[in-house]
Amino acid sequence: MKLLVAVKRVIDYNVKPRVKMDGSGVDLANVKMSMNPFDEIAIEEAIRLKEKGIATEIVAVSIGPAKAQETLRTALAMGADRAILVQTEDEVEPLAVAKILKGIAGEEQPQLIILGKQAIDDDSNQTGQMLAALLGWPQGTFASKVEMSDGFASVTREIDGGLETVKLDLPAVVTTDLRLNEPRYASLPNIMKAKSKPLQTKSPGDYGVDVAPRLETLKIVEPAKRSAGIKVGSVDELVEKLKSLGVAK
Amino acid sequence: MKTLVLVEHDGTSIKDSTLATVSAAAALGEVHLLVAGANVGAVAAAAAKIAGVGKVHVADSAHLEHQLAEDVSPIAVELMGHHDAFLAPASTFGKNIAPRVAALLDVMQLSDILTVEADGAFTRPIYAGNAIATVKSKDAKKVITVRTTGFEKAAGEGGSGTIESVDSGSASGKADFVGAELSKSERPELTSAKVIVSGGRALGSMDQFHALIDPLADKLGAAVGASRAAVDAGYAPNDYQVGQTGKIVAPDVYIAIGISGAIQHLAGMKDSKTIIAINKDEEAPIFQVADIGLVGDLFQILPDLTGKL
Repeated sequence: MKLLVAVKRVIDYNVKPRVKMDGSGVDLANVKMSMNPFDEIAIEEAIRLKEKGIATEIVAVSIGPAKAQETLRTALAMGADRAILVQTEDEVEPLAVAKILKGIAGEEQPQLIILGKQAIDDDSNQTGQMLAALLGWPQGTFASKVEMSDGFASVTREIDGGLETVKLDLPAVVTTDLRLNEPRYASLPNIMKAKSKPLQTKSPGDYGVDVAPRLETLKIVEPAKRSAGIKVGSVDELVEKLKSLGVAK
Repeated sequence: MKTLVLVEHDGTSIKDSTLATVSAAAALGEVHLLVAGANVGAVAAAAAKIAGVGKVHVADSAHLEHQLAEDVSPIAVELMGHHDAFLAPASTFGKNIAPRVAALLDVMQLSDILTVEADGAFTRPIYAGNAIATVKSKDAKKVITVRTTGFEKAAGEGGSGTIESVDSGSASGKADFVGAELSKSERPELTSAKVIVSGGRALGSMDQFHALIDPLADKLGAAVGASRAAVDAGYAPNDYQVGQTGKIVAPDVYIAIGISGAIQHLAGMKDSKTIIAINKDEEAPIFQVADIGLVGDLFQILPDLTGKL
């Protein structure tokens, strides 16, 4: 069974984003970039399915700038077999990403496509669901457990009230949540090996997808800052504060 | 503009997230609702009473009992033939369904809107709330998810909407509901609680989390939350998680205990009216957003605090 995994190059999750003074965006010059954490979980899940003998091949895909090659090399070093970079320097919105992935799914015919539930830059949480809709496939979003058996995927989902399990016909789309697994680090020998794994470069036009944005960003600003608070010196003082807030009697 | 709001309900009652979404929709124009489910006559009747609601479209069918995205989205797409905007709460329920609707309509979704601005613009948080973008959609129809802490709840009474049945379609046959493990609690729900007591990794174990956090929450009539670190460590279940990728909360009082304040956590709670932090590290980033801070050992402070309340 072939698996397709989508990965995105984003600001490293440990970096505090800085908004540009002119309101045009977030300053990404000289900022550490990494694989979106949810996508690392997606790659890890695919590798585990291969290690269990369920998956035979893992294809990692990224849609983004030339530098997204580094992200794909990380995926290859973790254990993906080959990679496809759909290269564009433009920002690509989730709808266009989903359309490109649909094109790739048409060529590759995977049985399962795994994506992160959201990218930590635009926080959209859309691409997996959109892809499933465009393909007419079922979806298991916010997954904390995936079990495969004869033509089905059982997906346990993290929902607001707790957990929910759905059984999906394959092919299907799964989006990952934090508790699905703990991604491995790539070992040095595997990082070296990844350099010779195949990485194909394509363009959005190869899939007939127009990536012109549908949303127009008028400005990007910092959120209102909270004013500095006070420190209390004892539990008694804290109790007084809670009383004055009306939450304690 | 005619809007269609997807009602979040559990088969018997309407969730507060729906009421905030109705307020966002009312800022755009006429409000119609979609109730999808099985035996949802009572839910539809309650939905029609929400202030400002014009029409309630009801898709009532056995196959909609668990409101799977595969089955609900085609119903919404059909109704969008004569509506201009589709809105759903940015809860796991809404986030699961709305992008499917958007893709089927060939519309780029606006996720997690905080406000409705003049001239059809919206604000939404990006980068874990470290930046706020003002965006406009060029699509003829809009698909929107609503950050429910950004909007006042519409009144649940006083409306007199009309109820209309719509075609429920049929099951996709590709996805089946197997089961759910829902957290049961006597405490208020996290996203609508007025007071939240939230615990972090410093609690050290699940036993200590419950032994120290629960009694304080009970004294204050508060909901219990947790940081990602505490959930990952197994001290608390996943549905307690507050943060960028967990629940977004904005209670009157948020008490962060043993939580350092990673940006991903702050993203989920920094719109709380008053933030109280208890942490042994006085340099912890949580104190930069806290209105009231107490530096010290939580294992001594909490029993003392709970005892004095």
